[in-house]
Amino acid sequence: MAAIRDGQCDTVLMTYGSDLLSRQGRTLGSKGHFGRSSRVPGPAQYEAPYGNVLIGAYAMAAQRHMHEYGTTPEQLAEIAVAVREHAALNPDALYRDPITVDDVVSSRMIADPLHKLDCCVISDGGGAVIMTTAERARDLRQPPAFVLGTGGAQTHWQISEMPDFTATGAAAAGAEAFRQARVTPADIDTVQLYDSFTITVLLLLEDLGLCPKGEGGRFVASGALRLGGKLPLNTDGGGLSCTHPGMRGIFLLIEAVRQLRGQAGPAQVPGASLALACGSGGWLSCIGTTILGRDAP
Amino acid sequence: MSHDAGGDTTGEIAGDVAASLGRRPLPLPDNVSAPYWEAAARGEVLYQECPACGHRQFYPRALCTACAAEPEWRPASGRGTVHTFTVIRQNWAEPFRDLAPYVVAVVELEEGPRMMTNVTGCAPEDVHIGMPVEAYTIAVEDGLGVPFWRPAPTD
Repeated sequence: MAAIRDGQCDTVLMTYGSDLLSRQGRTLGSKGHFGRSSRVPGPAQYEAPYGNVLIGAYAMAAQRHMHEYGTTPEQLAEIAVAVREHAALNPDALYRDPITVDDVVSSRMIADPLHKLDCCVISDGGGAVIMTTAERARDLRQPPAFVLGTGGAQTHWQISEMPDFTATGAAAAGAEAFRQARVTPADIDTVQLYDSFTITVLLLLEDLGLCPKGEGGRFVASGALRLGGKLPLNTDGGGLSCTHPGMRGIFLLIEAVRQLRGQAGPAQVPGASLALACGSGGWLSCIGTTILGRDAP
Repeated sequence: MSHDAGGDTTGEIAGDVAASLGRRPLPLPDNVSAPYWEAAARGEVLYQECPACGHRQFYPRALCTACAAEPEWRPASGRGTVHTFTVIRQNWAEPFRDLAPYVVAVVELEEGPRMMTNVTGCAPEDVHIGMPVEAYTIAVEDGLGVPFWRPAPTD
Protein backbone atom coordinates (compact mmCIF):
# COMPACT_ATOMS: atom_id res chain seq x y z
CA MET A 1 0.00 0.00 0.00
CA ALA A 2 2.87 2.36 0.85
CA ALA A 3 4.48 1.61 -2.52
CA ILE A 4 1.31 2.59 -4.38
CA ARG A 5 0.78 5.66 -2.23
CA ASP A 6 4.38 6.78 -2.82
CA GLY A 7 4.06 6.31 -6.57
CA GLN A 8 6.60 3.49 -6.81
CA CYS A 9 4.03 1.34 -8.58
CA ASP A 10 0.38 1.48 -9.63
CA THR A 11 -0.92 -2.03 -9.29
CA VAL A 12 0.06 -4.93 -7.05
CA LEU A 13 -1.06 -8.55 -7.22
CA MET A 14 -1.07 -10.42 -3.91
CA THR A 15 -1.58 -14.12 -4.29
CA TYR A 16 -1.42 -17.26 -2.23
CA GLY A 17 -1.93 -20.93 -2.95
CA SER A 18 -1.20 -24.16 -1.13
CA ASP A 19 -1.80 -27.89 -1.56
CA LEU A 20 -1.52 -28.58 2.16
CA LEU A 21 -4.28 -31.20 2.25
CA SER A 22 -3.05 -33.12 -0.80
CA ARG A 23 0.52 -32.98 0.42
CA GLN A 24 0.15 -33.63 4.14
CA GLY A 25 -3.29 -35.00 4.90
CA ARG A 26 -5.42 -34.23 7.92
CA THR A 27 -2.99 -34.31 10.82
CA LEU A 28 -4.57 -31.43 12.72
CA GLY A 29 -1.16 -29.83 12.80
CA SER A 30 -0.07 -32.42 15.29
CA LYS A 31 2.89 -33.96 13.53
CA GLY A 32 5.20 -32.09 15.88
CA HIS A 33 7.36 -29.12 15.07
CA PHE A 34 10.60 -30.92 14.52
CA GLY A 35 12.02 -33.81 12.62
CA ARG A 36 12.65 -37.10 14.34
CA SER A 37 15.57 -37.11 16.75
CA SER A 38 16.71 -33.74 15.43
CA ARG A 39 18.89 -31.23 17.25
CA VAL A 40 17.02 -27.94 17.37
CA PRO A 41 18.87 -24.60 17.21
CA GLY A 42 17.83 -21.09 18.21
CA PRO A 43 15.02 -20.07 20.54
CA ALA A 44 13.01 -23.20 19.65
CA GLN A 45 15.61 -25.34 21.46
CA TYR A 46 14.00 -24.41 24.79
CA GLU A 47 10.68 -25.93 23.69
CA ALA A 48 11.93 -28.78 21.52
CA PRO A 49 12.14 -31.58 24.13
CA TYR A 50 8.63 -31.18 25.45
CA GLY A 51 6.41 -32.39 22.60
CA ASN A 52 4.19 -29.36 22.18
CA VAL A 53 2.15 -29.09 18.98
CA LEU A 54 0.56 -26.14 17.21
CA ILE A 55 -2.82 -26.74 18.80
CA GLY A 56 -1.18 -26.97 22.22
CA ALA A 57 0.08 -23.40 21.90
CA TYR A 58 -3.43 -22.07 21.30
CA ALA A 59 -4.81 -24.40 23.95
CA MET A 60 -2.53 -22.82 26.57
CA ALA A 61 -3.94 -19.39 25.67
CA ALA A 62 -7.49 -20.76 25.93
CA GLN A 63 -6.75 -22.39 29.28
CA ARG A 64 -5.43 -19.14 30.70
CA HIS A 65 -8.39 -17.15 29.34
CA MET A 66 -10.79 -19.59 31.00
CA HIS A 67 -8.86 -19.27 34.25
CA GLU A 68 -8.81 -15.48 34.29
CA TYR A 69 -12.24 -14.69 32.85
CA GLY A 70 -14.38 -17.78 33.35
CA THR A 71 -14.72 -18.39 29.61
CA THR A 72 -16.35 -21.76 28.96
CA PRO A 73 -15.88 -24.48 26.31
CA GLU A 74 -19.50 -23.89 25.30
CA GLN A 75 -18.82 -20.22 24.63
CA LEU A 76 -15.83 -21.07 22.45
CA ALA A 77 -17.95 -23.68 20.68
CA GLU A 78 -20.48 -21.02 19.68
CA ILE A 79 -17.81 -19.52 17.40
CA ALA A 80 -17.50 -22.79 15.49
CA VAL A 81 -21.30 -23.11 15.31
CA ALA A 82 -21.75 -19.60 13.90
CA VAL A 83 -19.05 -20.07 11.30
CA ARG A 84 -20.52 -23.44 10.24
CA GLU A 85 -23.90 -21.76 9.79
CA HIS A 86 -22.22 -19.41 7.31
CA ALA A 87 -20.38 -22.25 5.59
CA ALA A 88 -23.77 -23.86 4.89
CA LEU A 89 -24.47 -20.89 2.59
CA ASN A 90 -21.23 -21.35 0.65
CA PRO A 91 -21.22 -24.14 -1.96
CA ASP A 92 -17.40 -24.05 -1.97
CA ALA A 93 -17.07 -24.68 1.78
CA LEU A 94 -15.47 -27.96 2.86
CA TYR A 95 -17.96 -28.67 5.67
CA ARG A 96 -21.57 -27.47 5.35
CA ASP A 97 -23.69 -29.64 7.64
CA PRO A 98 -25.00 -27.72 10.65
CA ILE A 99 -23.37 -28.39 14.04
CA THR A 100 -24.43 -27.57 17.59
CA VAL A 101 -22.51 -26.42 20.65
CA ASP A 102 -22.95 -29.95 21.99
CA ASP A 103 -21.39 -31.40 18.81
CA VAL A 104 -18.32 -29.22 19.36
CA VAL A 105 -17.80 -29.95 23.06
CA SER A 106 -18.41 -33.66 22.58
CA SER A 107 -15.99 -33.94 19.64
CA ARG A 108 -12.64 -35.54 20.40
CA MET A 109 -10.32 -33.55 22.69
CA ILE A 110 -7.08 -32.76 20.85
CA ALA A 111 -5.28 -30.48 23.32
CA ASP A 112 -7.27 -29.45 26.38
CA PRO A 113 -9.45 -27.40 26.24
CA LEU A 114 -9.61 -27.46 22.42
CA HIS A 115 -11.72 -30.13 20.73
CA LYS A 116 -11.49 -31.27 17.15
CA LEU A 117 -14.30 -28.89 16.13
CA ASP A 118 -12.50 -25.98 17.81
CA CYS A 119 -9.80 -26.44 15.14
CA CYS A 120 -9.74 -25.18 11.56
CA VAL A 121 -9.94 -27.57 8.64
CA ILE A 122 -6.99 -28.63 6.52
CA SER A 123 -7.61 -27.95 2.84
CA ASP A 124 -6.03 -26.99 -0.44
CA GLY A 125 -6.82 -23.53 -1.70
CA GLY A 126 -5.67 -20.22 -3.03
CA GLY A 127 -6.70 -16.68 -3.75
CA ALA A 128 -5.61 -13.36 -5.14
CA VAL A 129 -6.16 -9.69 -4.37
CA ILE A 130 -5.34 -6.82 -6.71
CA MET A 131 -4.49 -3.44 -5.23
CA THR A 132 -4.29 -0.29 -7.28
CA THR A 133 -4.88 3.45 -7.08
CA ALA A 134 -8.37 4.83 -6.53
CA GLU A 135 -8.03 6.60 -9.88
CA ARG A 136 -7.15 3.42 -11.77
CA ALA A 137 -9.94 1.54 -9.99
CA ARG A 138 -12.59 3.99 -11.20
CA ASP A 139 -13.22 2.28 -14.55
CA LEU A 140 -12.56 -1.34 -13.60
CA ARG A 141 -15.22 -3.96 -14.17
CA GLN A 142 -15.68 -4.56 -10.45
CA PRO A 143 -16.45 -1.87 -7.88
CA PRO A 144 -13.43 -1.35 -5.61
CA ALA A 145 -13.23 -1.61 -1.85
CA PHE A 146 -11.07 1.05 -0.23
CA VAL A 147 -8.30 0.35 2.27
CA LEU A 148 -9.03 2.80 5.06
CA GLY A 149 -6.51 1.70 7.64
CA THR A 150 -3.92 -0.99 8.42
CA GLY A 151 -1.89 -1.98 11.44
CA GLY A 152 0.56 -4.70 12.40
CA ALA A 153 2.13 -5.78 15.69
CA GLN A 154 4.22 -8.63 17.08
CA THR A 155 4.40 -9.51 20.77
CA HIS A 156 6.54 -12.67 20.78
CA TRP A 157 7.56 -15.61 18.62
CA GLN A 158 7.84 -18.78 20.74
CA ILE A 159 4.56 -19.45 22.56
CA SER A 160 6.35 -19.82 25.92
CA GLU A 161 7.44 -16.17 25.56
CA MET A 162 3.90 -14.81 25.11
CA PRO A 163 3.87 -11.89 27.56
CA ASP A 164 0.17 -12.28 28.41
CA PHE A 165 -1.54 -15.49 27.31
CA THR A 166 -4.90 -13.71 27.15
CA ALA A 167 -3.82 -10.76 24.97
CA THR A 168 -2.43 -10.45 21.43
CA GLY A 169 -0.82 -7.80 19.26
CA ALA A 170 -4.30 -7.09 17.88
CA ALA A 171 -4.66 -4.46 20.59
CA ALA A 172 -1.88 -2.40 19.00
CA ALA A 173 -2.57 -3.43 15.39
CA GLY A 174 -6.28 -2.69 15.74
CA ALA A 175 -5.79 0.67 17.41
CA GLU A 176 -3.50 1.78 14.59
CA ALA A 177 -5.91 0.61 11.87
CA PHE A 178 -8.88 2.34 13.55
CA ARG A 179 -6.83 5.53 13.99
CA GLN A 180 -5.95 5.62 10.29
CA ALA A 181 -9.48 4.76 9.18
CA ARG A 182 -11.03 7.31 11.56
CA VAL A 183 -13.75 4.87 12.55
CA THR A 184 -14.48 3.02 15.80
CA PRO A 185 -15.12 -0.67 16.53
CA ALA A 186 -18.85 0.12 16.87
CA ASP A 187 -18.91 1.25 13.20
CA ILE A 188 -17.81 -2.13 11.79
CA ASP A 189 -20.53 -4.11 9.95
CA THR A 190 -18.76 -7.46 9.54
CA VAL A 191 -15.48 -9.03 10.67
CA GLN A 192 -13.31 -11.59 8.92
CA LEU A 193 -11.00 -12.94 11.63
CA TYR A 194 -8.39 -15.67 11.33
CA ASP A 195 -10.20 -18.60 12.95
CA SER A 196 -7.31 -21.04 13.19
CA PHE A 197 -8.96 -22.08 16.44
CA THR A 198 -12.04 -20.79 18.24
CA ILE A 199 -9.85 -19.14 20.89
CA THR A 200 -8.08 -17.11 18.18
CA VAL A 201 -11.37 -15.41 17.30
CA LEU A 202 -12.21 -14.73 20.94
CA LEU A 203 -8.86 -13.06 21.60
CA LEU A 204 -8.99 -11.00 18.40
CA LEU A 205 -12.54 -9.78 19.14
CA GLU A 206 -11.44 -8.56 22.56
CA ASP A 207 -8.11 -7.10 21.53
CA LEU A 208 -9.59 -5.24 18.56
CA GLY A 209 -12.04 -3.59 20.98
CA LEU A 210 -15.09 -5.23 19.39
CA CYS A 211 -16.09 -6.32 22.90
CA PRO A 212 -14.53 -5.55 26.31
CA LYS A 213 -11.51 -7.59 27.49
CA GLY A 214 -12.68 -10.73 29.23
CA GLU A 215 -16.22 -10.40 27.85
CA GLY A 216 -15.53 -12.36 24.66
CA GLY A 217 -17.27 -15.50 25.89
CA ARG A 218 -20.50 -13.74 26.77
CA PHE A 219 -20.30 -11.65 23.57
CA VAL A 220 -20.07 -14.64 21.25
CA ALA A 221 -22.70 -16.63 23.20
CA SER A 222 -25.17 -13.79 22.53
CA GLY A 223 -25.27 -14.80 18.86
CA ALA A 224 -23.54 -11.58 17.79
CA LEU A 225 -21.34 -13.42 15.28
CA ARG A 226 -24.16 -14.97 13.26
CA LEU A 227 -25.72 -13.43 10.16
CA GLY A 228 -28.45 -11.16 11.50
CA GLY A 229 -26.40 -10.59 14.66
CA LYS A 230 -24.49 -7.49 15.66
CA LEU A 231 -21.20 -8.48 14.03
CA PRO A 232 -21.37 -11.33 11.49
CA LEU A 233 -18.08 -13.29 11.46
CA ASN A 234 -16.37 -15.16 8.62
CA THR A 235 -19.35 -15.12 6.30
CA ASP A 236 -17.60 -17.49 3.86
CA GLY A 237 -17.44 -20.25 6.45
CA GLY A 238 -13.97 -19.32 7.70
CA GLY A 239 -11.05 -21.57 8.40
CA LEU A 240 -13.20 -23.57 10.80
CA SER A 241 -15.49 -24.85 8.03
CA CYS A 242 -14.62 -23.48 4.57
CA THR A 243 -10.92 -23.52 3.76
CA HIS A 244 -7.56 -23.42 5.49
CA PRO A 245 -4.59 -24.31 3.31
CA GLY A 246 -2.07 -23.38 6.01
CA MET A 247 -2.49 -19.61 5.93
CA ARG A 248 -5.73 -17.70 5.69
CA GLY A 249 -5.02 -13.99 5.38
CA ILE A 250 -5.93 -13.71 1.71
CA PHE A 251 -9.37 -15.25 2.24
CA LEU A 252 -10.13 -12.71 4.98
CA LEU A 253 -9.50 -9.86 2.54
CA ILE A 254 -11.42 -11.54 -0.28
CA GLU A 255 -14.54 -12.10 1.83
CA ALA A 256 -14.37 -8.56 3.24
CA VAL A 257 -14.30 -7.20 -0.32
CA ARG A 258 -17.20 -9.45 -1.38
CA GLN A 259 -19.28 -8.09 1.49
CA LEU A 260 -18.50 -4.47 0.63
CA ARG A 261 -19.35 -5.06 -3.04
CA GLY A 262 -22.65 -6.63 -2.07
CA GLN A 263 -21.57 -9.87 -3.77
CA ALA A 264 -21.77 -12.26 -0.81
CA GLY A 265 -25.01 -13.86 -2.00
CA PRO A 266 -27.09 -15.50 0.76
CA ALA A 267 -24.34 -14.59 3.27
CA GLN A 268 -24.59 -10.88 2.48
CA VAL A 269 -24.64 -8.53 5.47
CA PRO A 270 -27.28 -6.00 4.39
CA GLY A 271 -25.80 -2.59 3.64
CA ALA A 272 -22.27 -3.56 4.72
CA SER A 273 -20.09 -0.48 4.32
CA LEU A 274 -17.21 -1.18 6.74
CA ALA A 275 -15.42 -4.52 7.10
CA LEU A 276 -12.47 -5.50 9.24
CA ALA A 277 -10.04 -8.30 8.37
CA CYS A 278 -7.54 -9.49 10.96
CA GLY A 279 -4.95 -12.22 10.59
CA SER A 280 -2.84 -13.92 13.26
CA GLY A 281 0.50 -15.56 12.52
CA GLY A 282 2.89 -17.83 14.34
CA TRP A 283 1.51 -18.81 17.74
CA LEU A 284 -0.69 -15.74 18.31
CA SER A 285 2.63 -13.98 17.71
CA CYS A 286 2.01 -11.38 15.03
CA ILE A 287 -1.19 -9.69 13.98
CA GLY A 288 -2.18 -7.76 10.87
CA THR A 289 -5.38 -5.73 10.70
CA THR A 290 -7.02 -4.08 7.68
CA ILE A 291 -10.14 -1.94 7.69
CA LEU A 292 -11.90 -1.74 4.33
CA GLY A 293 -14.70 0.58 3.24
CA ARG A 294 -17.30 0.52 0.47
CA ASP A 295 -17.07 4.25 -0.05
CA ALA A 296 -14.05 6.33 -1.00
CA PRO A 297 -12.48 7.98 2.06
CA MET B 1 15.38 -29.77 43.24
CA SER B 2 16.64 -33.23 42.57
CA HIS B 3 18.76 -34.76 39.90
CA ASP B 4 17.44 -37.91 38.29
CA ALA B 5 20.18 -39.24 36.08
CA GLY B 6 17.70 -41.13 33.97
CA GLY B 7 16.36 -42.90 37.05
CA ASP B 8 12.73 -43.33 37.90
CA THR B 9 11.98 -41.58 41.17
CA THR B 10 8.47 -40.29 40.59
CA GLY B 11 6.56 -43.26 39.32
CA GLU B 12 5.50 -44.45 35.95
CA ILE B 13 5.07 -41.13 34.16
CA ALA B 14 8.52 -39.83 35.05
CA GLY B 15 9.87 -43.19 34.01
CA ASP B 16 8.31 -42.73 30.58
CA VAL B 17 9.91 -39.29 30.35
CA ALA B 18 13.34 -40.65 31.11
CA ALA B 19 12.95 -43.54 28.73
CA SER B 20 11.84 -41.36 25.82
CA LEU B 21 14.15 -38.39 26.30
CA GLY B 22 16.93 -39.68 24.09
CA ARG B 23 14.47 -40.10 21.23
CA ARG B 24 12.96 -36.63 21.56
CA PRO B 25 14.03 -33.58 19.58
CA LEU B 26 16.86 -32.15 21.68
CA PRO B 27 18.50 -28.74 21.88
CA LEU B 28 21.52 -27.82 19.81
CA PRO B 29 23.48 -25.82 22.40
CA ASP B 30 25.09 -22.58 21.23
CA ASN B 31 27.38 -20.01 22.85
CA VAL B 32 24.50 -18.49 24.79
CA SER B 33 22.57 -21.62 25.72
CA ALA B 34 25.38 -24.05 26.52
CA PRO B 35 25.70 -23.04 30.21
CA TYR B 36 21.96 -23.61 30.67
CA TRP B 37 22.05 -27.16 29.29
CA GLU B 38 25.33 -27.93 31.08
CA ALA B 39 23.79 -26.80 34.37
CA ALA B 40 20.80 -29.05 33.77
CA ALA B 41 23.17 -31.98 33.27
CA ARG B 42 24.47 -31.19 36.80
CA GLY B 43 20.96 -30.97 38.23
CA GLU B 44 20.53 -27.18 38.17
CA VAL B 45 18.05 -24.89 36.43
CA LEU B 46 19.42 -21.46 35.52
CA TYR B 47 17.82 -18.20 34.47
CA GLN B 48 19.42 -14.85 33.63
CA GLU B 49 19.47 -11.64 35.64
CA CYS B 50 20.82 -8.32 34.46
CA PRO B 51 23.46 -6.82 36.79
CA ALA B 52 22.73 -3.35 35.38
CA CYS B 53 18.94 -3.12 35.67
CA GLY B 54 17.88 -6.22 37.59
CA HIS B 55 15.67 -7.57 34.79
CA ARG B 56 15.26 -11.35 34.92
CA GLN B 57 14.74 -13.31 31.72
CA PHE B 58 14.18 -16.66 30.09
CA TYR B 59 14.93 -17.92 27.47
CA PRO B 60 18.65 -17.04 27.76
CA ARG B 61 20.03 -14.36 25.47
CA ALA B 62 23.33 -12.62 24.84
CA LEU B 63 21.81 -9.31 25.96
CA CYS B 64 19.34 -8.12 28.56
CA THR B 65 16.02 -7.62 26.76
CA ALA B 66 15.30 -4.58 28.94
CA CYS B 67 18.57 -2.61 28.75
CA ALA B 68 20.97 -4.54 26.44
CA ALA B 69 23.60 -5.06 29.16
CA GLU B 70 25.20 -8.48 29.47
CA PRO B 71 23.07 -10.70 31.71
CA GLU B 72 24.43 -13.05 34.40
CA TRP B 73 23.36 -16.61 35.21
CA ARG B 74 21.46 -17.28 38.43
CA PRO B 75 20.44 -20.67 39.84
CA ALA B 76 16.69 -21.03 40.19
CA SER B 77 15.29 -22.29 43.49
CA GLY B 78 13.44 -24.95 41.55
CA ARG B 79 10.10 -23.81 42.92
CA GLY B 80 7.40 -22.47 40.64
CA THR B 81 3.75 -22.57 39.67
CA VAL B 82 1.88 -23.67 36.58
CA HIS B 83 1.07 -20.48 34.63
CA THR B 84 -0.84 -22.29 31.91
CA PHE B 85 -0.90 -25.79 30.42
CA THR B 86 -2.55 -28.17 28.02
CA VAL B 87 -2.91 -31.93 27.78
CA ILE B 88 -1.58 -33.13 24.43
CA ARG B 89 -3.82 -36.00 23.36
CA GLN B 90 -2.65 -36.28 19.76
CA ASN B 91 0.88 -35.97 18.43
CA TRP B 92 1.82 -38.25 15.58
CA ALA B 93 5.54 -37.57 15.98
CA GLU B 94 7.66 -40.22 17.68
CA PRO B 95 8.21 -40.69 20.56
CA PHE B 96 5.33 -38.46 21.70
CA ARG B 97 2.75 -40.56 19.90
CA ASP B 98 3.13 -43.25 22.53
CA LEU B 99 3.36 -40.83 25.49
CA ALA B 100 0.01 -39.07 24.92
CA PRO B 101 -1.84 -37.92 26.90
CA TYR B 102 0.88 -35.80 28.52
CA VAL B 103 1.05 -32.29 29.93
CA VAL B 104 2.81 -29.40 28.22
CA ALA B 105 2.94 -26.40 30.54
CA VAL B 106 4.45 -22.97 30.94
CA VAL B 107 5.82 -22.78 34.47
CA GLU B 108 6.53 -19.49 36.23
CA LEU B 109 9.66 -19.68 38.37
CA GLU B 110 9.29 -18.13 41.80
CA GLU B 111 11.99 -15.72 40.57
CA GLY B 112 9.65 -14.54 37.80
CA PRO B 113 10.72 -15.88 34.38
CA ARG B 114 8.61 -18.53 32.63
CA MET B 115 9.65 -21.65 30.74
CA MET B 116 7.98 -24.45 28.81
CA THR B 117 8.13 -27.92 30.26
CA ASN B 118 6.27 -31.15 30.86
CA VAL B 119 4.62 -31.57 34.23
CA THR B 120 5.19 -35.23 35.12
CA GLY B 121 4.65 -37.42 38.13
CA CYS B 122 0.89 -36.96 38.35
CA ALA B 123 -2.16 -37.65 36.25
CA PRO B 124 -2.81 -34.99 33.57
CA GLU B 125 -6.24 -34.39 35.16
CA ASP B 126 -4.57 -33.28 38.40
CA VAL B 127 -2.65 -30.40 36.78
CA HIS B 128 -4.18 -26.94 37.22
CA ILE B 129 -3.18 -23.31 36.83
CA GLY B 130 -1.49 -22.08 40.02
CA MET B 131 -0.36 -25.56 40.98
CA PRO B 132 2.95 -25.52 42.92
CA VAL B 133 5.62 -27.49 41.08
CA GLU B 134 9.29 -28.32 41.56
CA ALA B 135 12.03 -28.75 39.00
CA TYR B 136 14.09 -31.85 38.38
CA THR B 137 16.53 -32.60 35.61
CA ILE B 138 17.47 -35.58 33.53
CA ALA B 139 20.96 -35.91 32.06
CA VAL B 140 20.97 -36.97 28.40
CA GLU B 141 24.69 -36.89 27.69
CA ASP B 142 27.82 -35.05 28.78
CA GLY B 143 26.97 -31.33 28.95
CA LEU B 144 23.30 -31.76 28.17
CA GLY B 145 20.51 -32.20 30.67
CA VAL B 146 16.83 -31.31 30.34
CA PRO B 147 14.72 -29.76 33.11
CA PHE B 148 11.25 -31.09 33.88
CA TRP B 149 8.76 -30.17 36.58
CA ARG B 150 6.50 -32.21 38.86
CA PRO B 151 4.04 -31.47 41.67
CA ALA B 152 5.77 -29.90 44.68
CA PRO B 153 5.73 -31.95 47.89
CA THR B 154 2.81 -30.88 50.05
CA ASP B 155 4.64 -30.87 53.40
